[in-house]
Amino acid sequence: MAAPETSTAAVPTLYTNNTLRNAFGGVLSFFILLLIGVMAFSIRLFSVIKYESVIHEFDPYFNYRVTQFLAKNGIYEFWNWFDDRTWYPLGRVIGGTVYPGLTLTAGTIWWLLNSLNIPLSVETVCVFTAPIFSAFASWATYLLTKEVKGTGAGLTAAALLAMVPSYISRSVAGSYDNEAVAIFALIFTFYLYIKTLNTGSLFYATLNSIAYFYMVCSWGGYTFIINLIPMHVLLCIVTGRFSSRLYIAYAPLVVLGTLLAALVPVVGFNAVMTSEHFASFLVFIIIHVVAFVYYIKGILSPKMFKVAVTLVVSVGLAVCCAVIAVLIALVASSPTKGWSGRSLSLLDPTYASKYIPIIASVSEHQPPTWPSYFMDINVLAFLVPAGIIACFLPLSDASSFVVLYIATSVYFSGVMVRLMLVLAPAACITSGIALSQAFDVFTGSIKFQLTGASSNTEVDAAETSSSTAESQTDAVKTEKPEETAKNRPSRKSKKKEREHGEKPSTEAKAEKKRLLALPLESSVHCVWAAAEAYSAPSIVLTSRSHDGLHVFDDFREAYAWLRHNTDVDDKVASWWDYGYQTTAMANRTVIVDNNTWNNTHIATVGTAMSSPERAAWEIFHSLDVKYVLVVFGGLVGYPSDDINKFLWMVRIGGGVFPHIKEPDYLVSSLC
Amino acid sequence: MGKFWVIFVASISILLPFLCNSFSPETPTDRRVLVLLDDLAVKSSHSSYFNSLKLRGFDLDFKLTDDPKIALQRYGQYLYDALILFCPSVERFGGSVDVAAIINFVDSGHDLIIAADVNASDLIREIATECGVDFDEDPSAMVIDHTGYAVSETEGDHTLIASDDFIKSDVIIGSKKIEAPVLFQGIGHSLNPVNSLVLKVLSASPSAYSANPLSKLSTPPSLTGSAISLVSVVQARNNARILITGSLSMFSNRFFRSGVQKSGSSTKYEKSGNEQFLTELSKWIFHERGHLKAVNVKHHKVGETDESALYRINDELEYSVEIYEWSGTSWEPYVTDDVQVQFYMMSPYVLKTLSNDKKGLYSASFKVPDVYGVFQFKVEYQKLGYTSLSLSKQIPVRPYRHNEYERFIPTAYPYYGAAFSTMAGFFIFSFVHLYNK
Repeated sequence: MAAPETSTAAVPTLYTNNTLRNAFGGVLSFFILLLIGVMAFSIRLFSVIKYESVIHEFDPYFNYRVTQFLAKNGIYEFWNWFDDRTWYPLGRVIGGTVYPGLTLTAGTIWWLLNSLNIPLSVETVCVFTAPIFSAFASWATYLLTKEVKGTGAGLTAAALLAMVPSYISRSVAGSYDNEAVAIFALIFTFYLYIKTLNTGSLFYATLNSIAYFYMVCSWGGYTFIINLIPMHVLLCIVTGRFSSRLYIAYAPLVVLGTLLAALVPVVGFNAVMTSEHFASFLVFIIIHVVAFVYYIKGILSPKMFKVAVTLVVSVGLAVCCAVIAVLIALVASSPTKGWSGRSLSLLDPTYASKYIPIIASVSEHQPPTWPSYFMDINVLAFLVPAGIIACFLPLSDASSFVVLYIATSVYFSGVMVRLMLVLAPAACITSGIALSQAFDVFTGSIKFQLTGASSNTEVDAAETSSSTAESQTDAVKTEKPEETAKNRPSRKSKKKEREHGEKPSTEAKAEKKRLLALPLESSVHCVWAAAEAYSAPSIVLTSRSHDGLHVFDDFREAYAWLRHNTDVDDKVASWWDYGYQTTAMANRTVIVDNNTWNNTHIATVGTAMSSPERAAWEIFHSLDVKYVLVVFGGLVGYPSDDINKFLWMVRIGGGVFPHIKEPDYLVSSLC
Repeated sequence: MGKFWVIFVASISILLPFLCNSFSPETPTDRRVLVLLDDLAVKSSHSSYFNSLKLRGFDLDFKLTDDPKIALQRYGQYLYDALILFCPSVERFGGSVDVAAIINFVDSGHDLIIAADVNASDLIREIATECGVDFDEDPSAMVIDHTGYAVSETEGDHTLIASDDFIKSDVIIGSKKIEAPVLFQGIGHSLNPVNSLVLKVLSASPSAYSANPLSKLSTPPSLTGSAISLVSVVQARNNARILITGSLSMFSNRFFRSGVQKSGSSTKYEKSGNEQFLTELSKWIFHERGHLKAVNVKHHKVGETDESALYRINDELEYSVEIYEWSGTSWEPYVTDDVQVQFYMMSPYVLKTLSNDKKGLYSASFKVPDVYGVFQFKVEYQKLGYTSLSLSKQIPVRPYRHNEYERFIPTAYPYYGAAFSTMAGFFIFSFVHLYNK
C-alpha cells in the first residue's frame, strides 16, 4: 500500500539549514496564500467598480430577500416562513424549500458584524459574500492539493482557482447565489475526506461529516459528493487498496452525513428515499462486507479461508439478489420514481429536452459549446491531461480521488453548462499538480547543474521535498507498482542524480520560461473575463454604439414603477424569469417565479401568454392578476426578451394544456 | 395648529350640505337629475311624472337638447347623479354631451332613463345599442297588437297596447301588485342575447308584432311576440341602472290619467297602471330600493376576537359580515337566507350559507381546509333586482410550524425504544469489548 504522499515543507530533517528553509518556506507559503486570498477577493470586485454594489441576476434577488427576512425576524421565523407573495395563490413554504446554507452564512456574517458595531447593510454583506468565500475556496483548494501532491502543487492550484473564469462567473461581487458558498464547501469536504483518508483520524472524519452537512445546506449539488466519494471508495476496494483508513473516511461520513442531511428541511427524507443517495448506501454495505472478509482472512488459515469463501459466496449471492430486489422495489416506490428530473438529465443529456421543457428552457441547463471551455477554463484545459498523468506517478489513494473527480466532472460539465463550475476546481487541482511537478523537475535540473554532483545532501533534500516531482521524468515510468515504491528511495535518488545530470540546464530554463508563460497568459485572459464578460449585473444593461456608451436601467425603473404605482396587494403576472426580481425589487405578489416548483402553474401563465387576448384575460382574471409585466427588447436589440422566450412559453404551456400546439405558432417554411 | 383646525371644521361645515347631496355609498339615492328634452312642451305634458320625482326630493334640471351649455361633468366631477333622456328625435346634443360622454356617465356608476319613440333618432338608437337593446330597424315601426290593444272610442290601428306582462320581481316594480294594465304606444325593442345584464320588465303579448301601421304588411315582421320588450332595465356591473323604453307617451299625463280596458277583458280600470308602474320603477332606477351594502367584514379564530393576519391549516374560524338595504331614507337590515361565503383558492374549498340574526349580521363558522396557500373570503351575492355584492378578502393560510407537530407520537414508541436500546447496547458492547481483557 502506498504511503500518503504528504511531503510538506515540514519534513523532519537532521540538518539545521533545512529546518530554517522549511520555516522560511512555511512563512512564505502563508504570505502567498494571503496574497492569493486577496487576489481572489479583489479580482471579483470589477462589478462593483464598473457598475455599483448591487445584487445581480435573478436567483440572488430571492436569496437577498430571504436574507433580509432572516436578519429581521430571526432563524425560527425564517425556518417557518410561509411566503404569500409568490406563487399566488399557492404560496411557498420558504423554510422547507430553500437550501439555507447561503442565507444563514450571510445572515451570520451580518449579525456578527453588527454585534461588533460595524453597521453594514444586509445588501452589502450579501454582495461581498461570494468574493469572501472564493478566497476561502482557494485556501481549501490549497489544503486539498497539498494533501494530494504537496505544498507546491497546493499553492499553484490555489492561485489558479482564485482566478479561473468559470468560478469567477458565479462569484463576482453581487452574485449572491448558492454556488458562492457551495464551491468552498465542496472543496473543503473533499479536503477533509482526503485528510481522513491520509491520516485515518476519526476527528477529521467527524469534521468531514460536518463539512458535508454545510454543503447539503448550501446547494443541491451535494449529491455530487455523496456519489463521488462512494465511487472512489469502490475504486479503492476494487484496486485492492482497502484499509482501515478508508473505512474511517467513509463509514462515519455515510452515517453522520445522512443523519445531518436529513435535518435540512429541503432534503428531509429524500436523504434516504431518492436514488441519488442509494449508491452511498450500497457502497456502505460493500465496505462492511469487505472489512469483514479482511477480518476473517486475518483469523483463518488459508485453507479454511477458501472453504469460507465458497460458503459465503454462495450465501452472499442469494443475499445480494434479495438486496437488489429490495433496492429495485425501493426505487420503484420512491416518490420521484427513482431519479429526479435534473439528475436524469445528467445521465441522459437528451432527457430534459425530450420530456421536461421547464428544465431545458433554462439556458444554464443546456450543454456547453466548445468555445465555452476555452472561455471558462482557458489554459487549464491543456494542463489537465498532464495533471492526470502526474496523478498516476505515483498513484496514491488521494491522487486516484483527484483523477476520479476530474473524470466525472468533465462528463457532467459536458451535460450542463452550469456544472462547468464543478469542473473548475478539479481542473485547477490537476493543472496545479501538473505545473508544480513540471517546475519541480526543471528547478531540480537547474539546481543540479549549478551545484553539480558535489552535494549529495542537497539532492536528497530536493528529492524529499518534492519526491513526486522527480517521478515526472521518463525513466520513472518504468517503475514497478506502488507497493515497492516505498522501500527503495535510495535507489531512486541515485537514478535521479544520473538523470539530472543528463538534462542540460539551458533547455530546462527555456522550458521553464515557456511553462511560466502559460499561467501568465492565462491570467491576462482571466482578468479580462472578470472585467468584461462576467461582471455585468444583468439588471443594468449597457450597449456601446457609435455615439458612446448607453446604460439601460429599464428593469429597475419598471420595478420601481410597480412599487410606486400599484396597490401593495396587487398581483403581477410575468414569465417566471422575472418573478424573484418582482418580489424583491417591486415588492408585489407574483404568480410564478424562478423556483419553478409547480409546472402546472407555470404552464397556466405560459398558456395565458400564448392565448388570444380574451382567453388570456380569463386566465389572468382567475388568478386575480392586475398587471402583466412583459419585456420587449426589439427597440434596443436586447436579445433575451419575452419574444425570444416565447416558444418556451408555448412549449411549457402545451405540455400541460394540449390545446396549445407549437406548430400553430411557427411560420411554415413552405410559405 | 388650532387655527387650522378651526378652518378645517368651518370648511367641512360649509361643504357638508354639498357633500351630502352628492351620490355616495352612504346615501345611494340620486339627488341631482338632468332632464334633456326635445321640446319644452314635454315638461308640462309629462308634469305628473316629473312632479312625483320632485316630491320625492329630486332636483330636476330641465335642459333642451340643443342648449349649448349642457355638460355632464365639470373639472372631472359629475354635476348630476342621473340623466333622463326624453328626447327621442335628437340628432346631436349641444354642449359637450355625446354618446361616449353618456356611456362614460353610466360607466362611472350613474343612472339613465331613455324614452324613445317612433322615428327615434340614430343617436338614441346608438345609446340604446350600447346599453344592450336594439330598437326596431324600421324607423316608422310601432308595436301593434290586435288582441291586446287598449279599448278606446275609435277602433284605431291597435298601436295603443295595454300590457300587464310584468317582470316577477318585487324589488324592481314594488311589492304592491299593479292591478291595471300599462298603456304603451311606441316602438318596440329586442334584447341583445349576448348581454346578460339587461332585463325585460314589461313584455309585449305573444300576439304583438312590430311594423309600420300605415303601410300594408308585405314581409313578415322582424320582431314578433314576447321577443318584443316594451320596457327594459339594465343593472350594470358597477350597479348603475338604466331604464329603456320605446314610448315617451307612456310617461305622459294623458296616459297616467286615462282609464284602461284591455280588449277581450270586461274589467275597465278607472286609471291605467302607468303611474304606479313607472313611479315604482323610477324608485328602483334611482336606487331608492334594492340597494345593498355590506360592511364590517370580520373573521377571527373561534374563541378569539381579534382578526388574525393569517391562519393555520385546520384552524376553526368565524366569519361575519353585516348586510343592509337602503330604504330610500335609511339603511335597514337585509334579511334573507341565501347569502353564501366561499373560502376560495382558485376554487371554493368551503362553501357555506351564512346564518343571520335578523338584524343584518350574517355569520358562519367553519374549519380551514388542510391546504395551505393564499385564500380569499368571498361573498358573491347576485340576486335579481338587488345591487350585486362582491366581497373578497385575502387571507394566507400557513402550514404547521416546526414546533406545532406532536413531539411524541404514541404509535412511535416502539421506534423510540428501538433507538435507545440500540444506543445502550452499543455502549455496553463497546465497554465490554474494550475492557474485558
